[in-house]
Amino acid sequence: MIEIGLGHYLTLGAIIFFLGVMGIFLNRKNVIVILMSIELILLAVNINLISFSIFSGDIVGQIFTMLTLTVAAAEAAIGLAIIVIYYRNKGSIRVEDIHGMKG
Amino acid sequence: MIAHSIFFYFFSIIAIFSSLMVITSRSTVNSVFFLILDFISVGCLFIMVGAEFLGMIILIVYVGAVAVLFLFVVMMLNVSEQKQSWFIGKKSTHLPTGLIVSVLIFLELLVVVGGWKYKDNLMSSSTLNVSNISNTHQLGLVMYTEYILYFQIAGIILLLSMIGAILLTFRERPGVKKQSYLKQISRNPSSSVELKNVESYKGVKVDD
Repeated sequence: MIEIGLGHYLTLGAIIFFLGVMGIFLNRKNVIVILMSIELILLAVNINLISFSIFSGDIVGQIFTMLTLTVAAAEAAIGLAIIVIYYRNKGSIRVEDIHGMKG
Repeated sequence: MIAHSIFFYFFSIIAIFSSLMVITSRSTVNSVFFLILDFISVGCLFIMVGAEFLGMIILIVYVGAVAVLFLFVVMMLNVSEQKQSWFIGKKSTHLPTGLIVSVLIFLELLVVVGGWKYKDNLMSSSTLNVSNISNTHQLGLVMYTEYILYFQIAGIILLLSMIGAILLTFRERPGVKKQSYLKQISRNPSSSVELKNVESYKGVKVDD
């Protein structure tokens, strides 16, 4: 309990991952919150990579964390651009209004 | 060691609380602010555990760029008054599915974490971990030599996302005057200069 090991960090990553997945499913507000939940999931992945990298003494996990950061930034930029043009065309980004693909 | 655990619990409780608030907050602007708080506390955790460079990068990239981008889009699109309505009103039909899926994922992660042990020779398989140089120095020694290909690929991904975002949001507005270098260069005096005889006390009429 006092000694902080790898398991503590992995549990933290698991909890944040769980909250991100929950956020995708129970969201009824708008699509931006879904993007934020995806950012939470990527943050949990980063926590896992960094804690394994630190506790096993291997620097490669941190390199892959930088790759994950890059992909997360690119995904946020593209996703927000798509949301902006969707709002410009349809005038709403509520989740229940987006049913163009009848899914 | 006691200070380490106190700081770990402090930052991780803040991180969990703020990520809970991100998905349940009633206005989108509050969600973005809690997302920023989440990034900051996880960045502090990274700095505390020994990955200083990535903690700072999280602060710069996530808080400085991505979260501010979210904030800009939320304020531009005027969605801040669309309140979260899954506590009242029409019930979400996705809620049971979402609960099942995410609780299953959480339990799977717990099983993996709970039954996990170090392999015996895992500690000796490290690429590079020299304890007398700093974290940034270690990253630099590996990133620009062995992993240069991944570094370049990351750059290409960023370039592609920049081109994609600009192309997606670009639109031609009618009636906006723009400077066209091709038109400027390719005009000649015969089509653009007109000589006129000006009568005195009459002047010429200049048309636009």
